[in-house]
Amino acid sequence: MKHVDEYRNGALARSIAATIAREADPARLYRFMEFCGGHTHAISRYGLEDLLPENVRLIHGPGCPVCVLPVGRIDEAIGLARHPKVTLCTYADLMRVPASGGSSLIRAKAEGCDVRMVYSTLDALRIAEAEPDREVVFLAIGFETTTPPTALAIRAAEARGLANFSVFSNHVLTPSAIRAILEAPKTGRLPPVALEGFIGPAHVSVVIGWKPYEVFATEFGQRIVVSGFEPLDVMQSVLMLVRQVNEGRTEVENQYVRAVVPEGNRAAIELVDEIFELRDAFEWRGLGSIPHSALKLREKYARFDAERRFTIPPSAAKDNPACECGLILTGAKLPADCRLFGTVCSPETPMGSCMVSSEGACAAHWTYGRFRDRARRAATTRGGAA
Amino acid sequence: MCLAIPALVHELLPDGMAKVGLDGVLKEISTALVPNVAVGDYVVVHVGYALTRIDAAEAERTLALLAEAGAHA
Ligand code: SF4
Repeated sequence: MKHVDEYRNGALARSIAATIAREADPARLYRFMEFCGGHTHAISRYGLEDLLPENVRLIHGPGCPVCVLPVGRIDEAIGLARHPKVTLCTYADLMRVPASGGSSLIRAKAEGCDVRMVYSTLDALRIAEAEPDREVVFLAIGFETTTPPTALAIRAAEARGLANFSVFSNHVLTPSAIRAILEAPKTGRLPPVALEGFIGPAHVSVVIGWKPYEVFATEFGQRIVVSGFEPLDVMQSVLMLVRQVNEGRTEVENQYVRAVVPEGNRAAIELVDEIFELRDAFEWRGLGSIPHSALKLREKYARFDAERRFTIPPSAAKDNPACECGLILTGAKLPADCRLFGTVCSPETPMGSCMVSSEGACAAHWTYGRFRDRARRAATTRGGAA
Repeated sequence: MCLAIPALVHELLPDGMAKVGLDGVLKEISTALVPNVAVGDYVVVHVGYALTRIDAAEAERTLALLAEAGAHA
């Protein structure tokens, strides 16, 4: 397919890797966090780490919306689904995420709750229109990329006078998570991870642009390259980061110029801003409570807000203590470091969210990289990344 | 879930919808977030919505840069 295939040329990927190897200073460490689970998936799938020299390392970050949703929110979603009138619609990835007490949305469905998988908010709207007796709740998750589609659904529900449609919002914000990681040495709330730069998610920047990252260059002296998701995009971004390090630059650069402009998609930003506002704080799996890191519906749209429409029994459930998703999401540990990895925990019987979503680091390592030497070697060198 | 993929616009439909080719099948998506979409454009599609248009000239420039990055190896 055009705009995809030409960025998957293996020979060219190896040539770019050779350029990276030539330019990377053997006396230096280049530790780059790929923020987004989509990158983690691509890096594992195409074996990109294996192409890079030993001192250029990729460390996965928290950019997997399914992975960072704490178990309590899944419990609350199940609580919503237990309302006899509620039809809970959600993206497929969430169905198998473990809730507390061995539950999950798919279990709840098997027990008779009306939980339906949808591909798009458009499907959820269609269900609400076709079944006016049902209270259709859309379980919304995702970073900035996924928020405008939720916002448009609310807009459409308003325009069509749909009184039986609401949203359980779990939309989270990329810059807030990057800030939490960069401030870790100061706040002591996360294990500090030494990094020379970030590979930023292009699809987030399609919406928000790359301006919101400039503060990380100026305030923290960090480097961010906004990167596409195809293997050659990632290789080029790594080369751009290596060059920044070598030249002593700390900048935000845009590799995905074919779809990202500095200020992002204005219409999408305005729409989201019209309907959503910042939460004071939001709980992330692994990262804890992060101030101003998630969105809720504005008062004006309260009637579309499932949290206001329904009493949702709050859950204080904690994640499975043996699951290392938390440390994996902050780049402090590798999937192979978890003693459940590949034994008790696999995609068929996931113990943690990182094994459920294909963007989760554990699932990616399981599917593509679990026998790789590189991962094991890195596990030993990276364990004390601080 | 976060997947967003380029798709060719085949047909414009009423109410800000369009038919695009995705994985060899035609799918109806919303173009409400991208003004003035035209048949023949490539758009980045995510959960049933176009998020932006792909700039063909910039794509060419990126491919040229990639070739350059892989040269003299
Ligand atoms: S392997 Fe399973 S239990 Fe271990 S960190 Fe990953 S998801 Fe959690």
